Amino acid sequence: MLLMQQIVNGIMLGGVYVMVAVAFTLTIGMLNFLNFTIPALFMVAAMVFWATMSGGFGEGFDSLFGSVLPVGMQWVVGVLLALIAATLCSLLIERFTYRYMKTRYGDATEHAIPLVSSLGFLIIFEHIVIMIWGTDPMSLNSPFGAATWRVGGLLIGVPQLISLVLSIAIVAALHLLLKRTKTGRALRSIAENPDTALLLGVDVQRIVPVVYVVTGLLCAIAGILFAINYRTVGPYIGEQVATIAIAGMVLGGLGNIWGAIVGGLIVGLLEALATYWFGADIVKVPIWGLLLLVLVIKPTGLFGQSAIGKGKF
Amino acid sequence: MSGYLSAQLSILCLNIIIAYAIFLPAATGQLNLGAGGFAIIGGYVGGYLNSSFDGLGWAMSVSIPVAALITAIIAFALSFPILRTRGVYMVLATFAFAEVVAGIVLNLEVVGGAAGFPVDGHADLKILAPITIAVIVFCWFLLSTRFGLAMRSVHDDENVATLFGINVRWIRVAAFTLGGLLGGLYGALYGHQYNYIEVQNWNVLFNIYVLLYVLLGGTQTPFGPLVGALFFTVVPELLRALGESLNSELIADGRFALFGILIVLMMVFRPEGIVTRTLLERLSGRKTQEAVT
Repeated sequence: MLLMQQIVNGIMLGGVYVMVAVAFTLTIGMLNFLNFTIPALFMVAAMVFWATMSGGFGEGFDSLFGSVLPVGMQWVVGVLLALIAATLCSLLIERFTYRYMKTRYGDATEHAIPLVSSLGFLIIFEHIVIMIWGTDPMSLNSPFGAATWRVGGLLIGVPQLISLVLSIAIVAALHLLLKRTKTGRALRSIAENPDTALLLGVDVQRIVPVVYVVTGLLCAIAGILFAINYRTVGPYIGEQVATIAIAGMVLGGLGNIWGAIVGGLIVGLLEALATYWFGADIVKVPIWGLLLLVLVIKPTGLFGQSAIGKGKF
Repeated sequence: MSGYLSAQLSILCLNIIIAYAIFLPAATGQLNLGAGGFAIIGGYVGGYLNSSFDGLGWAMSVSIPVAALITAIIAFALSFPILRTRGVYMVLATFAFAEVVAGIVLNLEVVGGAAGFPVDGHADLKILAPITIAVIVFCWFLLSTRFGLAMRSVHDDENVATLFGINVRWIRVAAFTLGGLLGGLYGALYGHQYNYIEVQNWNVLFNIYVLLYVLLGGTQTPFGPLVGALFFTVVPELLRALGESLNSELIADGRFALFGILIVLMMVFRPEGIVTRTLLERLSGRKTQEAVT
């Protein structure tokens, strides 16, 4: 039973990883670019959500919103502000990364430009948050408390369950967006080949920000869910939590959205089970070890096909 | 020499060594985001050999080179699976390698686990500085040899390099292994400089910073990592001093954010790094082809 409980916990934790893994895989699949700022977006959203909920913006902000909003609705403002903040940050990244991706001198490390810029943004966002709120982990007053359901002896956290369902629903919606809509078709054509897409009349410069907006929204939702589920946030959760989603992305295969879901859940399960069997300290070894193995043996991930990002960035 | 200055110079020396460790693979077009992995192996092997065995550990003059060699051997063994990957896959694979090493060492009780590991022998600036100069001279010499030319050609275009009869795989393995050697050297020196090591010193941000030293400095010439490490070490200190003298908390606390902004701007205006081949040619007064046409 204890093992079953761990499996349930793992799948719930996987829900957070799924969202971030989908954000990673979307950017790499569409734009062929490993966006290392994604962990920072996750962190910014969680911190903004925390700040709205627990007075991080100071007295004035609280009294302003306290007078307008009915009690208990503060979290709506928190969610909105977190979504807006992450999306704006993401658009800022777009301005300085994808546009400079074009190879100008035919040089191998030239492709590293967006990668380096995104690492730079990771540093910027992390230190801005540290400047404002310091490095200590903060605890969040959860709007939903520790609501749990008891199903046949298993303890299921309601926020966790909501987050898992929500993340799968969002990815399903994203899948429909990509397959059915005009924007989705344009995005897929860019994924195939940006130059051809341009020739076929796709306004590449206009359509690329869509990827960044979706990335920002996904990260924001993941960050909010993380904050609600674990009720502790800090400036380092990005690099400590969200980077693990990279493993989920690779497991599912780069650029494969449904693969990222499975990969994210596997990573969540692996983390919960490794904690259960071997203790919390060793968690990183099985996850990153598995990632290393997959990269070396079967770099296309568990489901094969695409070879996106191979040989270039 | 004041204590502050020598402490800063020691940090500078260490940063230069690790920058060259990542530069060598980068000069063949491989991005290595796993500097921390090498540093941890070198640091812990060096520290363990020097400080264990109840005071009967090896002298520093033996333990540091042995640590570097062992790291190089591990890098050599690792290079075969890792060099099967390319581009973004290689970035991820080296990153995963560093995380695995950190995770394993964090759980090794022999070397103190999460509590860290004290190292006995002390390496001060008198030891660090000559080693750093030797590393710089070695890398500078290496890039002027046939081997260095081959590295450059692999970096610029693998297919053409193969056409000219260069064994691309061997060049990449050699560059990766030499990078491992320098990474291990850095780790061992770091342990002996601070007399205390813990895995947290070499976290995700460390890996990122080191790769940035190299890419910002420029991978075209052997002076790139030197300038990059200098830039990364001196500028934050200057900004801190500036913040203190202006009594401005914004600059003192926000210097790393400012630094991130500098990185992004650099990538926009000077994507090949601070030092490029054309810059050196212009400085030395030699006319480049671009200048003629």
